[in-house]
Order: sequence, then structure tokens, then C-alpha cells
Amino acid sequence: MNQQELQALRNLIVAHKRWDALFGVLGVCALMIGVMTFMSLFVNMAIEGLGRIDVEFLTSFPSRRAAHAGILSAWVGSTLVMLVTAFAAVPIGVAAGIYLEEYAAKNWVTDVIEINISNLAGVPSIIYGLLALGLFVYTFGLGQSILSAGLTLALLILPVVIVSTRESIRAIPQIIREGAYACGATTWQVVRDHIVPYSSAGILTGVIIGMARAIGETAPIITIGALTFIAFLPPAPFTGDPPAGMFDWLFAPFTVMPIQMFNWTSRPEAAFATNAAAAGFILVLMTLAMNGLAIWLRYRLRKSINW
Amino acid sequence: MKSARIASLLALTIAGAAASTASFADSLVKIDGSSTVYPITEAVAEEFQKAKKNAIKVTVGISGTGGGFKKFCRGETDISDASRPILKKEMEDCKAAGIEYIELPVAYDALTVVINPKNDWIKSLTVEQLKTIWEPGAQGKITSWKQVNHAWPDRPLKLFGPGADSGTFDYFTEAVNGKAKSSRGDFTASEDDNVLVQGVARDVGGLGFFGYAYYDENHDKLKAVPIVAAEGKPAVSPSPRTVVDGTYQPFARPIFIYVNAKSAEKPEIKEFVEFYLKNGEALSKDVKYVPLPSKAYAFNLEHFGKRLKGTKFGGENKVGITIEELMKLEAK
Repeated sequence: MNQQELQALRNLIVAHKRWDALFGVLGVCALMIGVMTFMSLFVNMAIEGLGRIDVEFLTSFPSRRAAHAGILSAWVGSTLVMLVTAFAAVPIGVAAGIYLEEYAAKNWVTDVIEINISNLAGVPSIIYGLLALGLFVYTFGLGQSILSAGLTLALLILPVVIVSTRESIRAIPQIIREGAYACGATTWQVVRDHIVPYSSAGILTGVIIGMARAIGETAPIITIGALTFIAFLPPAPFTGDPPAGMFDWLFAPFTVMPIQMFNWTSRPEAAFATNAAAAGFILVLMTLAMNGLAIWLRYRLRKSINW
Repeated sequence: MKSARIASLLALTIAGAAASTASFADSLVKIDGSSTVYPITEAVAEEFQKAKKNAIKVTVGISGTGGGFKKFCRGETDISDASRPILKKEMEDCKAAGIEYIELPVAYDALTVVINPKNDWIKSLTVEQLKTIWEPGAQGKITSWKQVNHAWPDRPLKLFGPGADSGTFDYFTEAVNGKAKSSRGDFTASEDDNVLVQGVARDVGGLGFFGYAYYDENHDKLKAVPIVAAEGKPAVSPSPRTVVDGTYQPFARPIFIYVNAKSAEKPEIKEFVEFYLKNGEALSKDVKYVPLPSKAYAFNLEHFGKRLKGTKFGGENKVGITIEELMKLEAK
């Protein structure tokens, strides 16, 4: 290789590196758009609402006086609805994902199901609300309750849970399955002892993404009839006279954080806008707490995997 | 083991469903309906629960006057908030479901027409001029203030109003254009009145309308337009006084609650409605609405005591009805 060729090659590498750097800058810009938008909204809410957050705000019911109004019924409602959503969406979603990956035959029926699930993820949330109003509220007679709301949001996040379950199952090396089958394991044994433990970290990520979306949803919850003013709490879960009384809370009327915020932003008094910002801040914290829990669980689960 | 536990949990849930739906219905007062009436009902509910030490539970939802009547006529709610009288269609729905109701006016609202404070050419507006601006035929044609009155500057006319589902929109269009929901469509519509407040406050050529409470809270950002009801009448500004003495026409309007007659037999509902009528005067003033005169609340209480059913409006909205006239109306 003579000097001239070497120089040309070096130039080529420099040029390629320049493109590489340029792409890096573009990537950072793209990332910044997302991060900055979130940060400016978050900081704005914090500046406006932080002064309003105290113990009283968290432990008071809504009121016509902005200074006395709190979010007790809203955050309790949101938490309980999320609980129902998680208990409904996770088992069904994970089971469906496992079935599609490990059990289902690869034929056109499975293809149709797959296409439908992907499509469901794009259906506007209000449609789920209308479906739930007809199905849960009236046909099943569950009423305008925490249970109806939780199941509605579970339907909403089901596609996300299914898709993420399948993705993380696919990431498990094929040899592990083959090894287990070679030892004479049944499909169920493979799923129980290998597939579920190894994919649980990925599944958890999908569940949290879904839950974070669900906690901010307003439209379907309004459609099924969440209330705006509610100054009492549902009975504490699992405390009533067993067995039936323990589930009283599922049938209680409720409100959730986004509805409380929405109501406050549309009030004439400016002080309610401050309340809305404060409630928004708490809602973001609730989402972050859920994320934190997921990260911690994921860390623990990863540690227990030893391939 | 595990699956047996899950199965028993499911069984419990279903058993719980059967047992507990009833226990919640008992001590509850369920209210839904208009967002305009909501602040008063919320205030009453708040004070009532305090007074009863939470022994009786009250829930209030917002699904609009029309949405509220839909639930009410299915028997899902005990009380419906309404910013206009019940309409023929809704009366038929209630009748079909065997639901009878007691109609109780609880306060007045002054529908307020607002402009930007920098607007110095408008001293008052006649209903006729409002019609020129808002009638369906004005769409795309009346775009400058000069077209409404030659003496006014050639400034673009920017219009703001509530959306078509609102009782306020129904009332305004009926009062101005003679037919509910008949309006030009090229204006900025929002169900959130604060959006309308912001719109008019930022645009010198802006004009909008909404309930008095939103003007009162933002009177440093907006100017209320005195209204001339008809040729030769004086221009009257909206205020609690002009509403009560009946001179603010035609935009002073009564707002109502409708009580399910069967629910009214239950002690908790009866107590709540009586509490509403006894404290409605102070509480509606508290949330910036115009209370009825004291004797009107006493009259309503008597009306409720006798359980007089039906509507006094015959399924139509009566525009510009004064408090005196309202009390003289006979139920049909």
C-alpha cells in the first residue's frame, strides 16, 4: 500500500467518522426534544404547584374552596383502580403472550390474532370506554365502580402487555428450550421453570409502560361514569366481613387523579389552577414510583437468572 | 395449590358483587348533570356531608344537562343538575321508564357577553346586533366589527363560545337567534370556559359569552357588555341586582335540580333536598351565582313538601323569564 492510497483511506475514515459524529448529535437532539418537553412541563408544574402540596392537600377531600380542596379521594381512587388493572391485565396478558409464543401453531388463525392484537394497541381509548360502558357497567351489572374502571383500563393495556411478553420470550435463547425438551420436560414445565422466570424482567417493563399510560387516562373513565365530587373513601380493601365484605371496595363509586385535575383546570378561580398543577405533580410522582418499583423488581429478578 | 387459591378468589369476588351492590345504594345520594349547576351542588354536598358527619354519602358527576337527564331517566341518579328546563324528548324518556320528577329552580345565572378591555368602541350591544354577529347566515360573511355597525372600526371579529353540548350554548342561541343550537359555526368553541376567557382576554377584537361566575372571577381581564333587550330599552349590565330585579334581559336564566319522585321518599334524599333549599341562598352566593329571593326558596320548599311532580315549562326553554314569572308558573 503506497502513501497515496493510505492517505485516501485515512480521509475516507475521517469522513465516515464525521458522519458518525453528526448522527450522534442528531440523536442527542432528538432525545433532547423529548426530555426537554417533559422537563419544562414538569418544572412548570412544580413551580406552580409545589407550594400547594402539604399533608393537608393529600388528606383532604375536594371542596369548593380551592385552599381547602385536596386529592384524597382522587389518589386513593387512582391507586385502587391501578390495583385492579394490574391484577386483571398481567395474568391475562402474560398467559396470552405465552400461549402465542410457546403453544400456538404457526398458521393463519394465529396470524389473524396477532394482527388484531397489534391493531388493538392503536384503538383510541374512548372506544374502550364505550365498550366497557355497555359490557361491564350494564351487561355484567358491575355498575360505575372501581372494578369496572380497573377492568376497562386492563383491556386498554392488554395489547401492550401481550406484545412485550412475546418480545421478551423471543429473547430467550432457543437452546434453553431445546435443552429442557431434551430432558423430557413438557411445554408447561418449560414455561413454568424457564420461560416465565427468564422473561419476567422484560414483561415487567411492558406492564409498567402500560400502567403508566393507564394512570393518566381520563376519557374511558369518564365514559363509564367516574364522579367529580366524592368526599368519602371506598371501604378499605380486604377489611370487611369475610368473605363478601372484603371486596366491597371493588364496587364503590370513585374518582381518579386526571378527572380531579381536569375539573380544577376548568374552574373560574385561578387558585384551582394551582391545585391542578399540584395534583399533576403528584400524578407524575406516582408514575415515577411505579417505575422505581419496576426497576427494583427487575434488578432482583435479573440477579436470580443464571444461565 | 395456586390455581385453587385463584379460583376461590374469583368465587369470592362474584359473591362480593352480589352482596355489596345493595349496601352502597342505600346510604347514597347520586347526582349528575350540568357543569353550570355543579359548583352550587358541590358546595351543598360538601356542607351537607359535614353537617351529617358523613353518615349520608353524596356523589356529584358532570355529564352535561343532556347527559345528566339520560342517566336520570334510566333511574341511575336521584337528582339531576340542569342549566335549562327538561325538554320534550327527555320528558318522554322519563315517562317511558316510569320516572316522575320534582322540578326545583335553585339559582339564577347571568349569561354574560364579554369583550376585551381594550375594546373602546362598544358601549352596549342590542340583541339585534348580537343576532347579526351570531346568526347562521353570518358565517364567513360578518368578519369585521365595521359590518355590525358602520361607526365601529374595521377590526377582525373573533368569536368565542361554549360547545354545542352545553346548556349555555342552547340558551344563548335560543335567546339571540330564536332557535336552540342555531348558530354560525366559525367560532372558537370550547367546553372549558377558561379557554374562552383566555381567547377574549388576548384579542382586542374578541367577543365571547359564558356564565357570570367566569366573568366575575376575571373582571380585570374582560369587560362585560351591557345588553339592550329591545329597541328603546336601556342598556343593562349583568350583576346580581339586575338579575333579581328582572332588568337584565334576555340573558338571566334560572338553573334547576330535578329530583326523582321515588327517591324523594327516601329519608336521606329528602334531607338533602331540604338542606339544598334551606342553604341554597347563601351557598349559591358563595360560588358567585345569583340566589333566588328568600321567599322563592321557601316557595320551593313548600313545593317539594307537597311533592308537586312534573315540569312548569312544558318541554320548552322559556327565554328571559324573571323570578316573579317563574314562581307564578303552574306545573303542567
